[in-house]
Amino acid sequence: MSRRLRATALAGVLTLALSGCGGVGGGGDSGGGDSKGSGALSTMGFGLSDEIAKTRVDAFKKDHPDVRLNITEGAFDEQQFLSAVASGNPPDLVYMDRKLIGTYAKRGSIQPLTDCVEKQQIDLGQYRQAAKDQVTLDGTVYGIPEFSQVRVLYLNEALLKQAGLTADDVNLADWASLPAVNTKLAKVSGGRLSRIGIDPKIPEFLPMWAKANGAEMISADGAKANLTDPKVVEALTTGVKLIQDQGGWGRFKSFRDTFDFFGAQNPLAKNQIAAWPMEEWFLNQAAKNSPKAELVVKPFVDRQGKPLTMSSGQAWVVTKGAKNPDAACAFVKQMTATDTWFAAAKARAEARKAANLPFTGVWTGNTAADKKIFDELYQPTGNKRFDDAVATIREAQDAAFAMPASPAGAEFDKAWTDAVNRVLSGQAQPAEALARAQQEATAALDKAAG
Amino acid sequence: MATTVTPPVPGRRRRTPLARREARWAYVFLAPWIVGFLVFTAGPMVASLWLSFTEYDVINAPRWTGLDNYRQLVADPQVARSLGNTVYYTALHVPLVMLISLGLALLLKRVGRWQGFFRTVFYLPVMTPAVAVGILFLLLLNTQDGLINRGLALLGIDGPSWTTDPGWVMPGIVLMSLWSLGSTVIIYLAALQNVPRDLYEAADLDGAGAWARFRHVTLPMISGSLFFTLIVNTIASLQMFTEVYTMYFGNRQTQGSFNSDAASFYVIHLFQEAFQFLHMGFASAMAWLLFLIILIITAVQVKLSNRFVYYEGEDR
Repeated sequence: MSRRLRATALAGVLTLALSGCGGVGGGGDSGGGDSKGSGALSTMGFGLSDEIAKTRVDAFKKDHPDVRLNITEGAFDEQQFLSAVASGNPPDLVYMDRKLIGTYAKRGSIQPLTDCVEKQQIDLGQYRQAAKDQVTLDGTVYGIPEFSQVRVLYLNEALLKQAGLTADDVNLADWASLPAVNTKLAKVSGGRLSRIGIDPKIPEFLPMWAKANGAEMISADGAKANLTDPKVVEALTTGVKLIQDQGGWGRFKSFRDTFDFFGAQNPLAKNQIAAWPMEEWFLNQAAKNSPKAELVVKPFVDRQGKPLTMSSGQAWVVTKGAKNPDAACAFVKQMTATDTWFAAAKARAEARKAANLPFTGVWTGNTAADKKIFDELYQPTGNKRFDDAVATIREAQDAAFAMPASPAGAEFDKAWTDAVNRVLSGQAQPAEALARAQQEATAALDKAAG
Repeated sequence: MATTVTPPVPGRRRRTPLARREARWAYVFLAPWIVGFLVFTAGPMVASLWLSFTEYDVINAPRWTGLDNYRQLVADPQVARSLGNTVYYTALHVPLVMLISLGLALLLKRVGRWQGFFRTVFYLPVMTPAVAVGILFLLLLNTQDGLINRGLALLGIDGPSWTTDPGWVMPGIVLMSLWSLGSTVIIYLAALQNVPRDLYEAADLDGAGAWARFRHVTLPMISGSLFFTLIVNTIASLQMFTEVYTMYFGNRQTQGSFNSDAASFYVIHLFQEAFQFLHMGFASAMAWLLFLIILIITAVQVKLSNRFVYYEGEDR
């Protein structure tokens, strides 16, 4: 009986839990009024998993001995965060994916940082524009960004050579040429895919393909969906065709799902994939696990051949009801400051050196910090392929865009990813699927706008 | 002088001090459960009923919207789809689990001295965390390299795209769900072992064959257990969440790259509405709809049980 009751009152139980679970919430006493901060400061969604995190936190602790920092380690969890907010005991700071900020900002669970920026004299100009776009809603800044993951095109030159192609032949500006290149590179036999030619990485990268085709999937203010734009439809059609030509989504995805990008048996080493856009972090893995691979990294480009990439990352936000906003502001300022990033990157470089691994840089989301790191710390590895790749990624950072903050970001993402999956599964044609997604997204965005 | 004696009223016998004291202690010992029930189950249920008539995003105060959430429930195609998927899964999963478990229990009963070993083997998968089961089956169901399709290939069968073909997603999930039928097997085995041997002997004397013994002795005698597992498995199926969420929705690697139309279960949709889209009021209405559905299905099952379930010692 109790089981049935529990099941049927799920939302109720969760709600009660929300009001009862305050274990991860804020500290007891508030901070002082000084801009440097004092007292207890609590965070959620952040961990001290590596030297980049530890070095920066240590720097803050050293400079703010009066602040008692309480870091609840672990990735951001929506339930945990909402529980803390609903119980009236939120942490002071939350570290979350930037794409979530619009929703929480619109609902008032996080604070505008206007005063914080002014009081702490945080130079917003130092952060990358794409990162700033993701933490800004209706002209107000709600988060301080960290990291900038960008996507570039990876090519396995050994496979290109086998197919009689060069890196220049994989020209993402020329969509009409892609199917033929794809067919030459892919290996399908007996209905079995054993090598991917070109992986368009959809659904995830559809916004980047759409942007390359000159279309924004959502308006700059994050309030209007634009999924029925013929250029979005064309981008989806192009991506889907590349997959269908390789045996269809079932074979393609199941093969791709077996890839281990983090080990020595990665798809580059195993010659399982020839050309694929991916986040820049894979370069680290490739440098570590496949230093002899014939890897070429090119920028993703738009249809005019101009470099283009989609950026994503994390951000610090101060919660509504934070007990120590002054210390929170001091913390985010220091965590994202140029000197702090440089110290962290130095620790990373030393750790890599000790492990006999190459240091390929840190992409901080802070333009000044990136420049300092690459001008003063980064040393070419001597492996031309990887050194060129680092240079390409560095240039790509300057060509980045991001999906803007939206008050219904999660529902918007679900609408278009569902559309792509319907097309990939053969349930709908691109235009039809995107028209339905447009309706779903518009309904959600209108409702969120109130 | 005549004395009158009041006859004791049946059922209203005056309780002795001992009985009253025992009753008080009984309430004391029951108190933790009663308090827990009121605070953690009944209270939230009432709260969720109220929230189901509001627009509530967990962050701001609820706003009364009357029946809007229930109207939206009826109009929302995603609710209908997820409910349809859940009912489809239940219709496949429950009979299969019951049939296979009964078959395994009948075999186990014949094993003899190795019964304990096999009982443990069958039950072990139940101990596997649901999240691990979800990940495991994502690998097993891989179209090209999964063990299941490799096995089918040995038989000359080109296995389906279990995780990406919308028509095969649900059968794949049902296949996964059979992983944890061990508890049902154990319940059936216990019931089978409790069937009095003299009933079989009497049936033998009457010339009953194996099927007749099973049909007229075994089935009636374990019908209580069958009924219990029918109800429990039906409710569990209607609440399916963890394994499927892990496979198709919660894994960062796979999030967004599976067809959510095919794999969307009712409770998963409820969870997304509550915590990802912050529609807690609507999610509460969804929870109450599920409550009503389970209530009706269980009531029908209980009603039918009067005809099909035999309890030993019961007057029929």
